[in-house]
Amino acid sequence: MSSTTAHSVVEPGRYLRFFAGAVVVVYALVTMIPLVWIFITGFKTPQDSISYPPKVIFEPSLEGYVNLFTTRTRQTPDYMATLPPPETWYDELVRSRQMVIAGPSKFGERFMNSIIIGFGSTFLSVFLGTLAAYAFSRFRIPLADDLLFFILSTRMMPPIAVAIPIFLMYRTVGLSDTHLGMIILYTTVNVSLAVWLLKGFVDEIPREYEEAALIDGYTRFQAFVKVVLPQMATGIAATAIFCLIFAWNEYAFALLLTSGTAQTAPPFIPTIIGEGGLDWPAIGAGVTLFLLPVLVFTILLRKHLLRGITFGAVRK
Amino acid sequence: MGKVSAKPVLFANSIPAQAPMDPEMTNSSASEAVAIGAAKRTPEVIARRVRGLSDRAIAWLFIAPTIVLLLAINVFPLIWTVYLSFTNYKANRAARGVEWVGLDNYRRVLTDSDIWHNMLVTGHFLLWTMTFQVLIGFGLAWLINKNFKGHGVWTTVILLPMMLSPAVVGNFWTFLYQPQIGLFNYIVGFFTGVDPSSFEMIGSVNLAPWAIVIVDTWMWTPYVMLICLAGLRSIPDYIYEAAEVDGAGPLRTFWSITLPMVLPFLMLAVLFRAIENFKMFDLVVELTSGGPGSVTELASINLKREAFEKWRTGLSSAFAIILFVTVFGAANIYVKALNRVKQR
Amino acid sequence: MNRFFKTAVPLVLATVASGVAGKAAKAEDITLCWAAWDPANALVELSKDFTAETGVGMKFEFVPWPNFADRMLNELNSGGKLCDLMIGDSQWIGGGAENGHYVKLNEFFDKENISMDDFAPATVYAYSTWPKGEPNYYALPAMGDANGWFYRKDWFARPDLQAAFKEKYGRDLAPPKTQLELKDIAEFFQGREIDGQKRYGVAIFTERGSEGITMGATGALYAWGFKYENTPGKYDMEGAVNSPEAVEALEFYKELYKCCTPPGYTDSYMQESLDAFKSGQVAMAMNWFAFFPGLYKDEQVGGDKIGFFVNPGQKVEASTLGGQGISVIAYSDKKDLALQYIKWFAQPEVQKKWWSLGGYSCHVAVLNDPGFKDSQPFAADFLLAMDGVQDFWQEPAYAELLLSMQKRLHDYVVADQGTAKEALDKLIEDWTEVFQDEGKL
Repeated sequence: MSSTTAHSVVEPGRYLRFFAGAVVVVYALVTMIPLVWIFITGFKTPQDSISYPPKVIFEPSLEGYVNLFTTRTRQTPDYMATLPPPETWYDELVRSRQMVIAGPSKFGERFMNSIIIGFGSTFLSVFLGTLAAYAFSRFRIPLADDLLFFILSTRMMPPIAVAIPIFLMYRTVGLSDTHLGMIILYTTVNVSLAVWLLKGFVDEIPREYEEAALIDGYTRFQAFVKVVLPQMATGIAATAIFCLIFAWNEYAFALLLTSGTAQTAPPFIPTIIGEGGLDWPAIGAGVTLFLLPVLVFTILLRKHLLRGITFGAVRK
Repeated sequence: MGKVSAKPVLFANSIPAQAPMDPEMTNSSASEAVAIGAAKRTPEVIARRVRGLSDRAIAWLFIAPTIVLLLAINVFPLIWTVYLSFTNYKANRAARGVEWVGLDNYRRVLTDSDIWHNMLVTGHFLLWTMTFQVLIGFGLAWLINKNFKGHGVWTTVILLPMMLSPAVVGNFWTFLYQPQIGLFNYIVGFFTGVDPSSFEMIGSVNLAPWAIVIVDTWMWTPYVMLICLAGLRSIPDYIYEAAEVDGAGPLRTFWSITLPMVLPFLMLAVLFRAIENFKMFDLVVELTSGGPGSVTELASINLKREAFEKWRTGLSSAFAIILFVTVFGAANIYVKALNRVKQR
Repeated sequence: MNRFFKTAVPLVLATVASGVAGKAAKAEDITLCWAAWDPANALVELSKDFTAETGVGMKFEFVPWPNFADRMLNELNSGGKLCDLMIGDSQWIGGGAENGHYVKLNEFFDKENISMDDFAPATVYAYSTWPKGEPNYYALPAMGDANGWFYRKDWFARPDLQAAFKEKYGRDLAPPKTQLELKDIAEFFQGREIDGQKRYGVAIFTERGSEGITMGATGALYAWGFKYENTPGKYDMEGAVNSPEAVEALEFYKELYKCCTPPGYTDSYMQESLDAFKSGQVAMAMNWFAFFPGLYKDEQVGGDKIGFFVNPGQKVEASTLGGQGISVIAYSDKKDLALQYIKWFAQPEVQKKWWSLGGYSCHVAVLNDPGFKDSQPFAADFLLAMDGVQDFWQEPAYAELLLSMQKRLHDYVVADQGTAKEALDKLIEDWTEVFQDEGKL
């Protein structure tokens, strides 16, 4: 919005600009409070996390993170006395609560599932989406508009509605609670986003490049691989991140179609319980670890965010 | 839908693997493409036979996997759902015979007062989340568009909530909403003097519907804001300059230039958000699980209960189809309105 | 971002590969699925002996109670192979048997000389048989349980509180003998300052999502003589489910909820009840006997400070049944190993150790032991409770029946909608519809 003249009439006045800045900054700070709060809760002790009034200043502790990654059992002081001295700082921390570590928790497994399913489905949907987007952008496809709309409309179904037949299908073919099943499902959901976004990116690449390549004796396929793909790299990366974030955040399908083997983190995090109620520091820790990648991606993506969230309808 | 998408798959196998295409022609609007043989008739501009796969073959080769995937995991299940919606099938009673019950499931869904209650709750949720998100989102975009120093950084900060996992957001907001120990109650108490343990955002019949509206608004206002901002930035300066020359005041400028020109963007944002919120499940189920009683039981939450807890597969399929048709129909009408606004 | 893309792909391949490799690790492992709670930890401890004896490794999938039924029934209905053994809730037995999720154990019992006479009849009836009472066994009673109560013995013993209570109610402050007495005591403690902190009367179940409020309210309903049917097996619910006594009991439960629970107690089940009691918020709380060993061991409120009592009667003595049997999952590829575990678990010696670790054995060798009653402060109450246990419908359509009851009760008790009579009338309508769908009406 750079104005043509230095003293443009549409430039807001100084006071208005200051007022606007102040309001936006206040809003941004308020909007961050919940996130900051859950982040610091991860570093509280369970007692501090449920104190009244809520504690802003406290002695930081890693108990939440230890609890997140371990299961623990309460033991009698007599039993504790028979144990050899604790070997690690986390052993010591747990012992100080009259408990011993019984083993690792499921969090690591669930987190790993999120990574496997997230990256697997992202890879597939971007792969399929790139091919389809190129074809839609460069070739004349009969009924292309209808097809494109059909691809988009698949996202209008409530996830629970989709899950009913998928559940039956997966049960029949043995894909329930498998990584492969979830990867296929997330790929299907994401491929519509991928096609729409990537088509926008391909549209922006001038066709002259390919034509030049074709004249130089490249086949169409070679031209696609050697000329178009490198130009699409940024678009592919942005699309991949959007697909990854969707798969990473998805809850309904994971809740209904997985139970133990392939369950991802979102249905798992809310079920972290400690002794007596939800273990808020452990949840805080889990939420922090889970959200952190997305926060980083959001910052990386900010230039393409608009395009991503509107299926490429608004490109700025 | 099945018909439309079934064709290209057939083509993919039957198109001869030759016939190069005219790059100029492919640029024209795809809606002009009608006949199967169109490509064959296009004049050859590149007077050179392309080695390897023809364009046409590549086109179908590239599209086919996506279409096949969508057919298998989307269209086929949808057709199956339609079939199931006419039966009394129960997925947990596979041994029991499946009977055709005609429109009985649809009749049961549409005459069920509990389901109408769900629709009412969904309507309330939709109405107020849209209202707040449009007002706050547009307001923020308007302020950010004043280009104060550092607006880029603060915009990114504001955008963060919408990228998070809704289920996890719903979960940690239950912590903020705890009476007494929750931060939300504490802050409200701090500013209003009300005892923080005297009200329960999630547990109270009167407050719970607003508790879900607040969290959704917190999470998704940035979405509306971002799209509005794009709208505001699409307005060329010269229009404002012309208005200034004509002697229009700031209010007049806002009403007759800014608002009408942002409206298509705003409507697009509302379209996407409304579809998402109509389907809303994860955020609210983790936040209130539909309670207290059924006060915040959105349509999707009840659908989940019918389908995956009561296992009334036939009935819930009918429910699902009704929801899908509703959202699809409403979205189509809305898009028509949106196009009319755009053309003005 | 280009760089990101280049690093992402190899990472995916690496993680997928490692995930696949991890899966194939051990063939000699079996997985046992249960709820995540104190007894589950005890079972992990107990099962170490099994692994030591047989070399079969044990893996566990414990799901928190609020998600337990949802997750596990979903797992069964999808024909999943996650669990080889499942300690499923008593109400699942009908569905487990009729839908073929559970393996029928009669032949196995005969072959291995495991006799159901060695287990308490009430537990065999509730946890193992389908149709009810028939000698078809789909589970071995694993964990006896009922809903009971505990209270702050130290507060009850305070002379100042005793005097104040006697003045107000004209009787001694002691564990209640009836439901109405329980409410008096709860009212007495509600909002009272003890040691400079505000305390509340009672923690009861009000949870909406799974089974909480039903399990809590039936404690009152059964005490007022609630019956599901006029004639057992006839599904004639009119006049039974909505009898004047049932209405009175439900009104009572709502009053108890309104008058005497801590703030924010609108969606509470086992964990919240434990939480409220352990943090010193409440004078009394209801919960499953399964938690009592852990509570008794608690540093803050356990030992001398805690007392236990069985669900008070009103018209009749009755308790809500909990507890589970252990079943072999029909979809498992390792049924023989799973059966081996059951055979091991059924041994009297193992059962004795099970009880000593905090699991509620159903074996007569444990229960009929003369020393049993005094082995724990709640052991006698447990026997008393198990004498009068009543369970929810165990029908194959149990989940539908339960969800309806959850909705109707929560709508009335917590969300203040309609009257108790209306809630129970609507419940009959819902249940009638279910039984009609089932072809039983």
